[in-house]
Amino acid sequence: MASEAKKALFEPLVANNPIALQILGVCSALAVTSQLSVALIMCLALTSVTAFSNLSISLIRNHVPSSIRIIVQMTIIASLVIVVDQVLKAYAFEVSKKLAVFVGLIITNCIVMGRAEAYAMKNGPWHSFLDGIGNGLGYSLILIIVGTVRELFGSGSLLGYQILTPVSEGGWYTPNGLMLLAPSAFIIIGLTIWAIRAFYPEQVEKPDFEMQNAHNAPAHGAAGGSH
Amino acid sequence: MDLVSLAVKSIFIENLALSFFLGMCTFLAVSKKIQTALGLGFAVFVVLAITVPINNLIYQNLLQEGALAWAGLPNVDLSFLGLISYIGVIAALVQILEMFLDRFVPALYNALGIFLPLITVNCAILGASLFMVERDYTFTESVVYGASSGVGWALAIVALAGIREKLKYSDVPDGLEGLGITFITVGLMALGFLAFSGIQL
Repeated sequence: MASEAKKALFEPLVANNPIALQILGVCSALAVTSQLSVALIMCLALTSVTAFSNLSISLIRNHVPSSIRIIVQMTIIASLVIVVDQVLKAYAFEVSKKLAVFVGLIITNCIVMGRAEAYAMKNGPWHSFLDGIGNGLGYSLILIIVGTVRELFGSGSLLGYQILTPVSEGGWYTPNGLMLLAPSAFIIIGLTIWAIRAFYPEQVEKPDFEMQNAHNAPAHGAAGGSH
Repeated sequence: MDLVSLAVKSIFIENLALSFFLGMCTFLAVSKKIQTALGLGFAVFVVLAITVPINNLIYQNLLQEGALAWAGLPNVDLSFLGLISYIGVIAALVQILEMFLDRFVPALYNALGIFLPLITVNCAILGASLFMVERDYTFTESVVYGASSGVGWALAIVALAGIREKLKYSDVPDGLEGLGITFITVGLMALGFLAFSGIQL
């Protein structure tokens, strides 16, 4: 595989993760992760929409006037999402009930629009397709981490199989109900970002203000104090 | 009374940002200053209050099963076209609103200018329309729901901006700086908003 293609596919996994670094597509990442199986279906749906929207937008990129490109991209994405929604309703009705509005919200998921605008408008179809899959997988990675933690500690099971037997069924584990509620998702993603940045220190953001030691501050300390 | 209860529910208990995670991208990206957060919050409120009722009319009169009976097509069910119509309505309305404000209320246009295009792809807007369809709101309910969920979202982003303005003076661990600590702050805010759950009017 050519190195360019490899980069398009693997870079978004950890090093340029759409959720943890680009702040794209956070909404649905949080909402569908209280059960791992639902999160997996969502990953599949999002990855296929991103890949095929990147592919089709890249194919027509030279024929779309730039003033109407957003609406063209929107139409393509919305049509793809309708297809995914109908397929889910036909073959996985239970899961599609649980995902509720969040399949529809793939349309406004910034990963899809963001990659279409930032990558597919400038690169060929094959690489755009791989970039779509790569970003979909990067999104999936975070969803799987969050989904695993929330389901395992929230209800003691994974994919519906009991791992930690809860007290209510004679076991020892007291399920942590907070894990199934909204706040835990935010905190788990925050901690995941911390973990990723511990391995990739170059992703660390600069603080707005530097802490200074007042007593033995070096010569430029006076300049810093004038803020 | 039902309407007041619906309003309180959608502002506090089922806050779009903090319990359904909608509009997170802009929520995290544009919450560094209270001033800009206020502008964006107001813009979201205006767009939500207009688009949800309009999408409600479209759903009830054109898309719902049997809704086309007035045109002599009682068996047609166009609800699968929902997604593309709602996003079309939202994009068009935002565009019209932008032109209208530019022409008639330039002061407001200058205040909201940069945020309006962003709002088309804000999932809070589309999400509210989809919830409206899923919960089968009537037209009056959809007006209340649209406006009050907009208020809830604005409240959440202004509160977060307030916290972040204070937070920038704190010594945060390196890896958490910026995005990481913001996520954790929002998590704690969501925990606070959980205290509203169970309130009935």
